[in-house]
Amino acid sequence: MTFDKTTLRFGAVLLALMLASPFIPQWALFMLTIAGANGLVVLGLMLFLRAGLVSFGQALYFCTGAYTTGLLALTLGLREMLVLLLASAVVAAVLAWILGFLLAKYRAIFFGLLSLAFSMILYGLLVKTEALGSTDGFNVPAVTIAGWLPGSDMVRKAVLGVAVVVIFLCVAFVQGLLRSPRGLVLTAIRDNEIRTEYMGASARSTIHLFYVVAAALAGFGGSIAAIAVGHIDPTMSFWTTSGEFIFITILGGIGSVVAPFVGALVFSIIHTIAFSYSPNTWQMVIGLSLIFVILMLPDGLWSFVRRLRGQKA
Amino acid sequence: MISQAMVILIDGINYSAWLFLSAVGLTLIYGVMKIVNVAHGSFYALGAYMAATVVGIWVANGYPPYLSYAALLFAAVLGGFVVGPLIERFLLRYQYNKDEVVILLITYALFLVMEDVLKLVWGVDPYFISEPYEYLGLFSIAGMTYPNYYLLMVALALVVGLSLMFVLNRTKFGRMLVSVIHDREVSAAMGIDVSRIFILTFGVGCSLAAIAGAFTAPTISVTPGLGVEVIVLSFAVVVTGGLGSLPGVALAAIIMGIARAFCIHYIPQLELFVIFSVMALVLAFRPRGLFSLAEARKI
Repeated sequence: MTFDKTTLRFGAVLLALMLASPFIPQWALFMLTIAGANGLVVLGLMLFLRAGLVSFGQALYFCTGAYTTGLLALTLGLREMLVLLLASAVVAAVLAWILGFLLAKYRAIFFGLLSLAFSMILYGLLVKTEALGSTDGFNVPAVTIAGWLPGSDMVRKAVLGVAVVVIFLCVAFVQGLLRSPRGLVLTAIRDNEIRTEYMGASARSTIHLFYVVAAALAGFGGSIAAIAVGHIDPTMSFWTTSGEFIFITILGGIGSVVAPFVGALVFSIIHTIAFSYSPNTWQMVIGLSLIFVILMLPDGLWSFVRRLRGQKA
Repeated sequence: MISQAMVILIDGINYSAWLFLSAVGLTLIYGVMKIVNVAHGSFYALGAYMAATVVGIWVANGYPPYLSYAALLFAAVLGGFVVGPLIERFLLRYQYNKDEVVILLITYALFLVMEDVLKLVWGVDPYFISEPYEYLGLFSIAGMTYPNYYLLMVALALVVGLSLMFVLNRTKFGRMLVSVIHDREVSAAMGIDVSRIFILTFGVGCSLAAIAGAFTAPTISVTPGLGVEVIVLSFAVVVTGGLGSLPGVALAAIIMGIARAFCIHYIPQLELFVIFSVMALVLAFRPRGLFSLAEARKI
């Protein structure tokens, strides 16, 4: 596997982050981990947005990932983080593969609303399942990393470390995918689906493929979030969670595979600051910034980076 | 057996009426303006809070209780028909050239803002205004007792539905509306003031949500986050019926209402699950909902 420039630079930033981690306070390590988990989900949404599709139900796979991790840890006593991560991504991907046969036919608003319905079905089931703690959810036990159980002072650093590796591999994979002919078809679908099909590319199978990829990414994200927070509940599948992911997608922009992580980091910062200063108006802050971004920065925060490099937005 | 069927039917019809009232404004706005209004649930909540305030004043001053229903209606329309048109005029009007999905995101942002504005204005403590609900008394059927307020909701849903049908099919304004639905540009060329139609439609659509909220308010405790569930349920009804279709909303509301009542009676765990399953099932076979027009593909 060869890495291109963007991936390598992003990897260098992540490496610098890990080297600096002894000097980062615990709460910031936690915030970075959550930002990373959100960034992974948004990386998947960014793929859809390239094809002109907005999924209002990506929380389905986020929640599936989180509950897979929680349930495997709790019932089978599986505590190995690497195994849990992989299992969560696989379960999310299989679910997406099945639903994808139906969803890949839908476009525009219908794609968004049908995916919303699927995520709300899971929400409705989880809320009423008392064995899984219904609305309260349940706690996820502490995990080991390659057999090592980190102490309480190391656990955040360790989880962030694993998350960073997963993020890097995912980014490298998605970057490779986007540069492949399949990835280019994605943008072609947004521009004109019928012409794309006349050129011999299948819009349906492309969207199906990326739907599965995005679900696997969201599965990783959900698993990381579950392990980092140590608790999961059904709101992970509620539509407002999907809304937050969409907000981050728009905030970051779709210009690059790094943009989702920039967006997720800025979202975490806005969220943390707004929430601690005025818990009753943080949604308003998020809403106003969303309107601001849509009206003033249609290409998201990434357009700043482009402007710095002197490229046309 | 018969009485059980009766219970399911009455609960189902009551819930259908509520679903219809909550969702009909959403389909109206989509039909005319092609906007999926995520802020719809916030207007529902706005209506509920306005009702809480107005009925609170009503009861405190000892005004006649049988007129409190007019007060509910007045509160809802006051909320919906002021805030809705303001939002259309000063924000949405400049976005119509954008993609449907982008406008959806703007209304999502509006939803987030309105949720917190409601909290700032009315605080986070719950309001209770059960007076209009209790005043109507109860009725008995097949050995079960129900509040007469159920009948009021069903009557209200019928009145709203029939008046909308009447306006759309029998009045000059309705014909202009239908022509705007079919082709915005040609309608404008024929001399119809499309922006006036838009602002009115948005105002009416938001008021309908507010009416649903205001008339639900006496049966619940009015708390923050009231609109969050309503919006997804309304989406489910509207999409199942076919976006923009009035008979579609009515049929979808009835199907979902009865299905939910059936579930609550026999398998209460599946309450929310059943509504979205109906939606997914209908969309699987009719991708654009029950009542939908075929759309020409763009080449």
